[in-house]
Amino acid sequence: MTKFFEIYGQMLLRAIITHLEYVAISVSVGFVIGLALGILLSRIPKWSTFIMPLVSIFQTIPGIVFIGVLFLYLGMKPITVIIALSVYAMFPVLKNTYTGILEVDEGLKEAAKGCGMSQFQSLFRVELPLAFPNVIAGLRLATIYTVSWAVLAAMIGLGGLGDFIYQGVSANDNTLIIAGAIPAAVIAVALGALIDRLQKLVTPRGMRRGAAQ
Amino acid sequence: MIKFEHVSKKFGKKQVLDDMNFEIPDGQFVVLIGLSGCGKTTTLKMINRLIEPDEGRIYIDGKDIEKVDKVELRRQIGYVIQQIGLFPNMTVAENICVVPKLLKYDKESRDRIVHEMLDMVNMPYDEYAHKYPSEMSGGQQQRIGVLRAFAASPPIVLMDEPFGALDPMTRETLQDEIKKLQKKLNKTIVFVTHDMGEALKLADTIIFMEDGKIVQMAPPETMLENPANDNIRRFLGKHMNDDAVTLTVEDFMRTNIITVDKHRGVRECTERMARTGVDTLLVVDESDKYIGTVSIKDIRLRGKNEKLIEALITDNAKTVRRDGDAHECFDHLLNSGDNYVVVLNNDDTIAGIVTKNSMAKALSDTLWGDER
Repeated sequence: MTKFFEIYGQMLLRAIITHLEYVAISVSVGFVIGLALGILLSRIPKWSTFIMPLVSIFQTIPGIVFIGVLFLYLGMKPITVIIALSVYAMFPVLKNTYTGILEVDEGLKEAAKGCGMSQFQSLFRVELPLAFPNVIAGLRLATIYTVSWAVLAAMIGLGGLGDFIYQGVSANDNTLIIAGAIPAAVIAVALGALIDRLQKLVTPRGMRRGAAQ
Repeated sequence: MIKFEHVSKKFGKKQVLDDMNFEIPDGQFVVLIGLSGCGKTTTLKMINRLIEPDEGRIYIDGKDIEKVDKVELRRQIGYVIQQIGLFPNMTVAENICVVPKLLKYDKESRDRIVHEMLDMVNMPYDEYAHKYPSEMSGGQQQRIGVLRAFAASPPIVLMDEPFGALDPMTRETLQDEIKKLQKKLNKTIVFVTHDMGEALKLADTIIFMEDGKIVQMAPPETMLENPANDNIRRFLGKHMNDDAVTLTVEDFMRTNIITVDKHRGVRECTERMARTGVDTLLVVDESDKYIGTVSIKDIRLRGKNEKLIEALITDNAKTVRRDGDAHECFDHLLNSGDNYVVVLNNDDTIAGIVTKNSMAKALSDTLWGDER
């Protein structure tokens, strides 16, 4: 064990940091774009009826294929991985934002309108705050998925914890596989817990589970 | 003043409003009533432009509202909906101040408004201002819903079946409060309901609608005296004075009563009274005929030397036949201070008793239906 860390310790640490970087950047980018597109689509429900199914279809394309295609165009650069991961991180956020806003009670939307809120005010004072738990749930999904998808970065030689896993597989070395898999799992669980905590902190008392009507 | 001029509206092929013409003077409480689908809610929502007419014009104080910015218009008109529509992410104080905030009132005047508003419905500021809607009952929530509509003191308030989802007791209280508020603040209120009792209670003027047209627009009294057609008569139903109906005593009596045979012992009777929590028993003879009552007071005063209750029976309780006039029976209960009237069948056996309680319960059943 100690021997393993002597040999691989530095490398493992570097891999974890790279991995976290990929996750942090792609999830942030994906979140912002997903949120914006989700809001936009909720404003034009007519378009959404055919955009949303397209989104779902795109989402089923395996990440490996997408990274492969991007690799052909962009080459072996971190940006390739970040773009691919951002796109995938965007989907859950987009979907949850969209459905979250659409699910806001009609009575509340009418009340907002009837009180004299503009579209913009209704969105930011009522609909988005009420959709917020949904949005955060999307963020949570995106984060956990991205942690596992980031393993694919190693496929085109760009590091992260995937390095250990691929090396382990090709060298038939279980220790290496586990050395990559365990930190990835821990990161996923820890980030999930962190987001849960965040959600509790920012949800107003009147909207917490059990308090909702 | 609100004025509709030849207003028509179609949803698809269905003619929802058909050439509506009416005027509502300032400070009036106007109730729109009719069957569902008659166009009453559509009419209401046209006033704050949630629905636009296909044809015709609507004026508020002489201004064509089509030429006023929608959002600005709505901030000048209070709006209460049936689903209450309080924003769950805001506290009571924030909900009340939605419109004042949209109108950019400063923090101090908003605070003052919350205090004044909560004061008006006797909800202490310290207790309620910082609660969230989900922490209150439906009745309290709708009170806040109403306050929100009044907060920026708009001259007109629209209410779309605001009390429809509340229980009868709460509804009654809120109706009283809204009537008081309207008088005090001198607002024009347009109120939609399908409950004629509510309309008669609140309205200065009732507008009865059918198939997108006004059938009758009149004060409650006039409508009661002179309903324009049979549908209105049906709606007015039990609220109209119908002299043919005389209520009889048996409609109001309770039947689960405690009787005792005259040959029973005094001790046994006191125990029964204690067990069932009554202070008087009705006494019958061998053939179940009523002969009188025995009360705990009589037993205490004269019962020490008696073994059987026979000697303690008094017959000064008022009795009536079960098909007797209920009115007379009520008058007796209310005026004499007696707690009950004994109701007898034609063969002198006991049918039941009428108490103030059974009377009140039967009355509430007739008024609001037997909901329990």
